[in-house]
Amino acid sequence: MTGADLLLLALGAVAVGAGLLVVTTRHLVRAGLYLVVCLAAVAGLYLVLTAELVAWVQVLIYVGAVVVLLLFAVMLTRAPIGASDDLDRPGWPAALVGGGAGLGLAVLLVDAFRWSTVELPEAGTAERLGAIVFGSWVLPFELLSVLLLAALIGAIVLSRPEIGASPEEERR
Amino acid sequence: MPLWLELTLRIAAVVGAFLTLPLIVGQTEHKVMAHMQGRLGPMYAGGFHGWAQLIADGLKFVQKEDITPRAADRPVFRLAPVVALLPYLLVLLVIPLGPGDLVAQPLDIGLFFVLAVVGVGVVAVLMSAWASANKYSLLGGLRAAAQLLGYELPLVLSAASVAMAAGTLSLSGIVEAWQPWWLLWQAPAMAVFFVAGLAEIRRPPFDMPVADSELVFGYMTEYTGLRFAFFLLAEYVGIVVIAALTTVLFLGGWQGPFGDAHLGWLWTLLKVFAVAFVVIWLRVSYPRLREDQLQRLCWLVLVPVSLGQLVLTAAVRVAL
Repeated sequence: MTGADLLLLALGAVAVGAGLLVVTTRHLVRAGLYLVVCLAAVAGLYLVLTAELVAWVQVLIYVGAVVVLLLFAVMLTRAPIGASDDLDRPGWPAALVGGGAGLGLAVLLVDAFRWSTVELPEAGTAERLGAIVFGSWVLPFELLSVLLLAALIGAIVLSRPEIGASPEEERR
Repeated sequence: MPLWLELTLRIAAVVGAFLTLPLIVGQTEHKVMAHMQGRLGPMYAGGFHGWAQLIADGLKFVQKEDITPRAADRPVFRLAPVVALLPYLLVLLVIPLGPGDLVAQPLDIGLFFVLAVVGVGVVAVLMSAWASANKYSLLGGLRAAAQLLGYELPLVLSAASVAMAAGTLSLSGIVEAWQPWWLLWQAPAMAVFFVAGLAEIRRPPFDMPVADSELVFGYMTEYTGLRFAFFLLAEYVGIVVIAALTTVLFLGGWQGPFGDAHLGWLWTLLKVFAVAFVVIWLRVSYPRLREDQLQRLCWLVLVPVSLGQLVLTAAVRVAL
């Protein structure tokens, strides 16, 4: 076992542990904070795998924006300090689905790769990623950007009911 | 030099900068503010023009009682100041001081790293705001989160403009590619980056989240002693970081009128302190922006300007 293997295992354990805490804790906001730990550990995994850019994208988008929005929304509505005992959580079906999916994927991967080793590709620098994204993957990239733009405009239209309303409705 | 020794030296240098630069900026703020307002500022501590005032303040903070409110979420409350401080320490690691090897940890995607790590600071604000179990704290934290999320956009867009101009994400690479005429070409981006940076560290006139006349002290209301000092330190390290980033991205970093190879670190430091002076100057000159004005400035002025700058940068790059 090399140092990288150990790091991968440790970070994986942190990610899984924090993920478990997210779904088992009775503290609403703390669940969001555990999610920060979990996503940061995943970013660490990317770093160990030399995918630097992806790792920092993970931090910027997920830790810095997505979870923050989530926490923001929770704090705007209801964020009691301490355990909330009235959380409605059907635990067993969720555990079954989550555990089943995780276990199934793990078995599938182990069966597919056995003990074959895969050489790490060259480091995921910004230059290489850019060349690939704007080279062979440029069409999916453009499609995704159109999809995101549509989602953005949709969100704006949904959140502002006066857009597209008839003049009488607007006066009301 | 063996690797471990070099590594230790570099980290020690960064920690040294982390502990001294904010103090110098803080003392400058005391003095500059005082003189702009026609008074003297601290004059007694340390003898000569009160140079030891901040050290005395630090000692005072250490001696104060460390209070955690009874209704607070203890672990989160206690962790928040550390989370607030840590991102800035990490950012200092990649800021190049001079040409060649004069950077603690050169990174191929330094600019991206900086933007990603600075964005984590908002988690600390939300943690402290919520865990304090205080309505003023929570209101301040929500204001801060809305502000940070909003201003992150122009910050990233204007930084992207420089990265496009230089054709690299490495901070050292950007300084190397920088030429004096960029001052004109990238001027809108510089203005946007600086203003968004000010908002990012919640300095006046963007200090709505800690507006003392309505929210006591926002998300820091319940903090005392050393933990409060951590938040204050984070603010001053934030000034250093934003000033250093403005210097590196827009003002040519270590490039100076002469002797870049040997005096590069001096030019960088001089520019950093000049920008920090402007940060202090703005605090004394402008009244606090109201919450709606603050969001309006971000979404209706800074974001369009930075998008326009992106178009301009791309056009000039293609034309050259």
